[in-house]
Amino acid sequence: MAHYNLTTPLSEDDVRQLKVRDTVVVNGHIFGIRDATQIRMFDQNQEPPVDLKGAICIHTAPSLRKVGDKWEKISIGTTTSTRMERFTPPLMEKYGVRAVVGKAGLLEGSLEAMKRFGGCYLAIVGGAAALETTQIEEVEEVYWEDLHPEAIYKFRVKDFGPLIVAMDSHGNHLYFDVKKQIKQKLPELYKSLGVE
Amino acid sequence: MAEFSYQLVEDVAKELYIKALKYLPPDVKEALEKAYERETHETAKEIFRTILKNLKIAEEQGLLICQDTGLPIYMVTIGSKFPVDGAKVAKALDKGAERATLEHPFRGSSTHPLTRVNPQTSVGKGLPVIHWEFDEEADYLDILMVPKGSGSENMSAMKMFIPADGVKALKKFVLDRVIESGSNPCPPGIIGVGIGGTADLVSILAKKAIVRPVGSSNPDPQLAQMEKELLEAINATGSGPMGLGGDTTTLAVHIESAYTHITQNPVAVNTQCWPARRARAKIYADGKVEYGF
Repeated sequence: MAHYNLTTPLSEDDVRQLKVRDTVVVNGHIFGIRDATQIRMFDQNQEPPVDLKGAICIHTAPSLRKVGDKWEKISIGTTTSTRMERFTPPLMEKYGVRAVVGKAGLLEGSLEAMKRFGGCYLAIVGGAAALETTQIEEVEEVYWEDLHPEAIYKFRVKDFGPLIVAMDSHGNHLYFDVKKQIKQKLPELYKSLGVE
Repeated sequence: MAEFSYQLVEDVAKELYIKALKYLPPDVKEALEKAYERETHETAKEIFRTILKNLKIAEEQGLLICQDTGLPIYMVTIGSKFPVDGAKVAKALDKGAERATLEHPFRGSSTHPLTRVNPQTSVGKGLPVIHWEFDEEADYLDILMVPKGSGSENMSAMKMFIPADGVKALKKFVLDRVIESGSNPCPPGIIGVGIGGTADLVSILAKKAIVRPVGSSNPDPQLAQMEKELLEAINATGSGPMGLGGDTTTLAVHIESAYTHITQNPVAVNTQCWPARRARAKIYADGKVEYGF
């Protein structure tokens, strides 16, 4: 496993070099999105008001406070990605998003899209919102504010991570690998509990 | 020193919610530190390092450990040597949870189950969840506050087995549930197991199991043995922290039990995440408040 320091926006080469279990730290910008954001993009066919080419998107519903025109952070953490599965292939194909940050991973459709378009899934440590909140320097923009806390957020980040490459552009899927290993061990585990 | 009042209970209920969101109990922290030291997988080690760094930052900067401030649960014990008005305590807990959410402030997650409208208060009809217990010897009001996030709570499950299925069906159910949950509940946390009772009681037992300190065992040797067996089997899966592989998949398995019906064999699993948050206060008649876990 290697370690990479990536700066946004990401190129295809940036992503293609990554393999599962590598760790990544990000500088630049990441975009917060979630269920409602992507329902508007893909089910209601509205163009997002910001260019997402080469972007890193994070699955989040941030806790923010608006003071005048500025958005202040209260707590920014990450949500379960699996709910966002059907939106991820078009997010990569249509808008050129290169990486998705979240927890619990995505499924086969997204893995295929990552292979085709040069994308990856970066696992964050779920529940570690204090760290994330301090690594996000500023909430620079909020687009589609009416959807808050599920709007589009442009976060400026410094040394954001560590993120673990859990799905790469070569068809590797760390969560599936772990599940496969468990399946092999299962008869032995049942035996230890007296279950046939 | 001020005298006891229901306003004090409200203030304490608010304070407990905020404390629970920022400071993990020492037993949970210690278990995470030990798991970090023991871990042999490099990816898992990095995850533990990040978890411990997060706890330090939350404590030092007064930030929330996790953005999911959950649904508020209060477990209350009323002591016979300090009888209080339960209805007034319930009202104070409700108001305290709402004030924590609005005054801190943080995201409220309580939502109408059909309209999905979120009042941004963490409360609403039926919330906060309150469990009542009674203690003949206690001369205080004991309040344990548990903010329960959805990542872990969504992985909880209950099943009514029959006596013919035996104890092994219960063990299999727990192991299968943990494997199926994978990375969703932000492991390694605490697996709470309820055995016996009725459909409602078994679920409450599982919830009470997750608030027991890590390192404690059930006083019944048979159940303590089952806790140990399940802990070993779950960790032998290798699912690891955040389901990305590793030596520790759960910090503890806690079982709580009750007698059941001759034709019943119920089991429930309540899943707790690594931020296994809880905060306790004991309130005395003279208005003295002791905070703990």
